[in-house]
Amino acid sequence: MSAPLIGVLALQGDVREHLAALREQGAEAVPVRRPEELAAVDGLVLPGGESTTMIKLAARFGLLAPLRAAVRGGLPAYGSCAGMILLADRILDAPPDQETVGGLDVTVRRNAFGRQVDSFESEIALDGELAEAAGESLHAVFIRAPWVEDAGEGVQVLGRVVGGPADGRIVAVRQGNLVATSFHPELTGDRRVHAMFADIVRSHLADSAGAGAGGDEGGQP
Amino acid sequence: MAPQNDTVPHAGTGTELVKRGMAEQLKGGVIMDVVTPEQAKIAEDAGAVAVMALERVPADIRAQGGIARMSDPDMIDGIIQAVSIPVMAKARIGHFVEARVLQSLGVDYIDESEVLSPADEAHHIAKSEFTVPFVCGATDLGEALRRISEGAAMIRSKGEAGTGNVVEATRHMRAIRAGIKRLGTLDETELFVAAKELRAPYDLVVEVARLGKLPVVLFTAGGIATPADAAMMMQLGAEGVFVGSGIFKSGDPAQRAAAIVQATTFHDDPDVIAKVSRGLGEAMVGINVATLPESERYATRGW
Repeated sequence: MSAPLIGVLALQGDVREHLAALREQGAEAVPVRRPEELAAVDGLVLPGGESTTMIKLAARFGLLAPLRAAVRGGLPAYGSCAGMILLADRILDAPPDQETVGGLDVTVRRNAFGRQVDSFESEIALDGELAEAAGESLHAVFIRAPWVEDAGEGVQVLGRVVGGPADGRIVAVRQGNLVATSFHPELTGDRRVHAMFADIVRSHLADSAGAGAGGDEGGQP
Repeated sequence: MAPQNDTVPHAGTGTELVKRGMAEQLKGGVIMDVVTPEQAKIAEDAGAVAVMALERVPADIRAQGGIARMSDPDMIDGIIQAVSIPVMAKARIGHFVEARVLQSLGVDYIDESEVLSPADEAHHIAKSEFTVPFVCGATDLGEALRRISEGAAMIRSKGEAGTGNVVEATRHMRAIRAGIKRLGTLDETELFVAAKELRAPYDLVVEVARLGKLPVVLFTAGGIATPADAAMMMQLGAEGVFVGSGIFKSGDPAQRAAAIVQATTFHDDPDVIAKVSRGLGEAMVGINVATLPESERYATRGW
């Protein structure tokens, strides 16, 4: 099977780090700024950055509607930090008119841990498929980060803060083909999140190919 | 699973990764000088990734003269309350107490800036000691590395602030880029000499030679007034743009701010830059840097 083509939304933010992390997972990684570039990819990363800036640029350049359609159509997507905010169905502490791409049945609180002086790095507790063994942890960096205030029933929790004032807060989730983290694995050497996402994209490609071979392309239930 | 409660509150704040990582999140974006909460809202609505709170924009500091200092804490508070994007503020070069005050106000980044009147003619602030990250100006690679060794987590070109003239920012971006390229051609013996010539720590010089870039994010600043200016700086290697007087000293700040944001993202697409450059109204009136007396050049401040 050829390498999956994974895009990184490149309107603003730490795009280069995500491209490098995806390439380490054997994916072909390309920046995405235009609808035609989005249409070509098998999966999409929404990077860290400023969510208000990204959403305004997406709207202005005709990318918001195609993004929503792609995510609702099952395109695998992973958002880190600002990307988590963009994928959330509901956001708190945002400007009143801030839109999102949506798709993830979660409520996300922006800048939940505080201002930059409160930004921190710490071990978090992994759960679900991110953890190969019980009690496994991951060194995570949180920068003016959001957290998941509230997750819907179909959302699997993959990671929580351990200790401190935000003890137990949800900071990594998966719902079907959508993954989101409050922290930035693209800035640390730990590639477990990117590896998991690349696997999701590969499975999705294999499923689509299988459906196509059966003469039933796009006929998802 | 039940998380264990075994760490102290907010352990791991103010680390190098947290400080430098913050600047990584600003890449590809535009940071705008604002002097009121209303201007800050306009900047946020236009898509700024952060605002720089200051009392007077550089063009007014030039026009009015006098000593330029850290802003009134009430004004900074007002701007912090007005927007949800990061808020930066300027401290005078070497003024470590202004920096402590800004940190206590909760600003997200401090610019130890030559645009304000220097408070120390020999020493910059020891920036590693702070939780809040710092950005500093530089005119060439040696200056950038000296600031990084003091703890700066982000570098910007100095340019010549408040002139609306991009020529000095161009000179500084090219100088920094040329310096980095040159290090890449040197062997170990030559790097020792290069460190001496650059007046920068040897380990940092080696790191830059190996990476082919600075170990921190590099923005541009000083004289950017148009969407095309911002796009040119991005093509010269800037990872983002500070716009000072260029927005709120122009005819239509909201539209110009949005246009500069769009041109920064699509800096390699002349069609987009042409589109956003239409009908922007008056740009700020510029100053020919060549006619500025040496004493009025901000870029010569800092050591």
